[in-house]
Amino acid sequence: MSKDTFKNTELIQASLKKRYARERRFQFYGMLAVLLGFAFLFILLFDIVSKGTPAFTQKELKIAVHLDPERLGVEATADAEQLQQANYNAVIKASLREMFPEVTSRSEKRRLYRMVSIGAEYHLRDRVVAEPSLIGQTHDLWLLAHSEAAGYLKGQISRDTPEVERKVKDVQMDWLDQLRDDGRTRSVFNTLFFLEGDSREPELAGIRAALQGSFFTLAVTFLLAFPVGVFSAVYLEEFAPRNRITDLIEININNLAAVPSIVFGLLGLAVFINFFELPRSAPLVGGIVLSLMTLPTIIITSRAAIQAVSPSIREAALGVGASKLQTVFHHVLPVAMPGILTGSIIGMAQALGESAPLLMIGMVAFIMDVPGGVTDPSTVLPVQIFLWADSPERGFTEKTSAAIMVLMGFLIVMNALAIYLRRRFEVK
Amino acid sequence: MQTSTVFLTLLALCVVSFFVGRHKSRLIGMAGGGLQSLHSLPTHYGYMAALWAGLPALLLFVVWLAVEGSVVRSLVIASLPAEVRAQGVDQLGLYYNQLVGHAVGNIEPASLDATQLAASAVYNEVMNYSRNLKMLLVCLVAIIGGMLAVMRVKPDLRARNHVESIFTWILFSCSFIAVLTTLGIVLSVLFEAIRFFQAISITDFLFGLQWSPQMAIRADQVGASGSFGFVPLLVGTLLISAVAMLIAVPVGLMSAIYLSEYASRRFRSITKPVLEILAGVPTVVYGFFAALTVAPFIRNLGESVGLSVASESALAAGLVMGIMIIPFVMSLSDDIISAVPDTMREASLGMGATMSETIRKVLLPAALPGIVGGILLAVSRAIGETMIVVMAAGLSAKLTINPLEAVTTITVQIVTLLVGDQEFDSPKTLAAFALGLVLFFVTLLLNVIALYVVRKYREQYE
Repeated sequence: MSKDTFKNTELIQASLKKRYARERRFQFYGMLAVLLGFAFLFILLFDIVSKGTPAFTQKELKIAVHLDPERLGVEATADAEQLQQANYNAVIKASLREMFPEVTSRSEKRRLYRMVSIGAEYHLRDRVVAEPSLIGQTHDLWLLAHSEAAGYLKGQISRDTPEVERKVKDVQMDWLDQLRDDGRTRSVFNTLFFLEGDSREPELAGIRAALQGSFFTLAVTFLLAFPVGVFSAVYLEEFAPRNRITDLIEININNLAAVPSIVFGLLGLAVFINFFELPRSAPLVGGIVLSLMTLPTIIITSRAAIQAVSPSIREAALGVGASKLQTVFHHVLPVAMPGILTGSIIGMAQALGESAPLLMIGMVAFIMDVPGGVTDPSTVLPVQIFLWADSPERGFTEKTSAAIMVLMGFLIVMNALAIYLRRRFEVK
Repeated sequence: MQTSTVFLTLLALCVVSFFVGRHKSRLIGMAGGGLQSLHSLPTHYGYMAALWAGLPALLLFVVWLAVEGSVVRSLVIASLPAEVRAQGVDQLGLYYNQLVGHAVGNIEPASLDATQLAASAVYNEVMNYSRNLKMLLVCLVAIIGGMLAVMRVKPDLRARNHVESIFTWILFSCSFIAVLTTLGIVLSVLFEAIRFFQAISITDFLFGLQWSPQMAIRADQVGASGSFGFVPLLVGTLLISAVAMLIAVPVGLMSAIYLSEYASRRFRSITKPVLEILAGVPTVVYGFFAALTVAPFIRNLGESVGLSVASESALAAGLVMGIMIIPFVMSLSDDIISAVPDTMREASLGMGATMSETIRKVLLPAALPGIVGGILLAVSRAIGETMIVVMAAGLSAKLTINPLEAVTTITVQIVTLLVGDQEFDSPKTLAAFALGLVLFFVTLLLNVIALYVVRKYREQYE
């Protein structure tokens, strides 16, 4: 061995330690990046779930309601129409005053009334209309608590915060503590959240209208995007001649897949609302816009699924005399269908979570009523989330998170279905 | 609703034509010595009849719907007295809308004058006539079409070829919708943008440093003109995108490298789908997270070290947008890195290089063009992202590159200008379309470059 070689080996030996350290550091950075990704996901989900879970329960207060015919302004013998009109608000207020006789000043009275939700009045009305014999009696009834009072009972507002910075004042906390110690508060599952439309009062607001709107919008999207997408994929894979028009179509599909969603909203506003004069805020327009947006996804995945069908199937069908169209519709498409459905479900999941283009076409209205058709004004779940997230009231924060949990639940189900379909039919 | 009634009637007529056509072809076939004497299967004759019944009628129906509004409008306006017609286009439009509103039942008659009431009766009459005529004509065309097809049923009619060529056309039209969509996008934003540039000069828009689109309601108010300088929006958009890229590129790229080169198959098969959940989270959820959790957190953190941080800082919006883009960068880089041929990897390892040396000195330089392409795609995503910035970034346009301050973006301005009540012709509304035009072309350009780079890169190793 020459002297030089020996020297080089020595040099390499000496540098090895450093190189291995660098190797370990590099690997560590890689691991760190993966863990960081996990951490972000975990924090995001934890934040949403921890904020949203309380919204699935509601607080109720047990109030001794004296249904005084004089305050109500109706007798027990009154007909349903009169019972509907009776002054239930006054009855609830009087009952609250009776329970807390020490309250005298006007501002304190106002605070006292503010512990019970405005909606309690309507629930009481429904109760009395169903059972008019209650009038004139005193009953312990569970009334829906105001969102601020419920926030305190749920432990979201603490006494340690300076009184000026919170809406629930010390005196209200004392009353609520007293009620809680008497066993006059309870938690119930929040059914209103799933049965009601939007409301100005957080404790009364629900996602029913938004869910229905999402359903109509997605239905329109699916009815348009699925057939058109599958037909386009079939044409491009099986029929399209190699020429300029086909190239043009392919380039357009690839570019549309990358156009920002808000631009589709501008298209919807300019073309469907201002030019064709379709109704604003309607699931019909929302569905059309979203279907144009999801079309590239469906076309691209359907093409992949059609491509994956073994050529032997095509050749066998053609060999026994089937035409090109029969081959495709009777033999290729059924085999490719699971893949096509997987892509369509993923496209639908995208459409379900999309909100930006819908803001453009006016689906941001305050909707209390559940829409009955595709031309009724409505909103969708993600836009409802956007609207609630903008509300300053604290009660809406938990509603927002809860609505997000519902939305994510739907998305998880849809994606799980897509994965299941893919796994199930991949084997064949 | 009348539209759906016509639609269902049409559908029913198609079904009837199908059965009649099929039945007739069967009869003819049996008479001619069995079904094999026919050129096509009986169902093909049925389909042919159904298509002949459905397509022309459907076309008529769509055309009718498209022109109905303007024809009725000109008829009703023609019935108005001359002095009413003499007023300006805008007033006449308002006048007409009012009487239509009354005819539909949205406006109380008290707010209208006698001519309007009379005209609204005319409107109702014309509309009624149009509806009936439409129903009648559509049905007539469908029946005639179906009958013609049924009459043509003969053993030597090449029904299958006929049906299939129609079907091929239908398939072609479906795929042509993509082209029409692009055309629709370009035309709609272009036309409105041109109208905008007639009011505001294009150089003021592209190089102006001031963005305050609040137009005064009356012309004599202070600051009536508003200013439409695009630069602060561009800087804000790029600032937030840059923050997002600073998060997404290192994390996404390193995760991709780790998962493709170091991780075991099992670890990879679990980790990758979990990280891809981040891509499936709706953007409105990220917006909520950014506005209510990350932004206050960053502000408190900044305050605790004595920095003043805006409550809608670019940092918060950018950070969350970065999280959203991580899986996008990850899967793109993963594809690109695994496209590098194994021979290069093996040669480097065989020479005694460590894995990290191989990655840094061989794989990454080889994959660089592809990765740059992927990053460009991610940037175009970040620029077009709307909900996160609408919820977490500011509204006022400030020309700054300090990520702790509040900036606004192109998409935020489009949303603020167009959400809520708007008059359609004010420069304020049209400005949104000009911004949309810029957004569309910037993202298009980025995508075209990125796709070109990625394709070139792929070809290199194929």
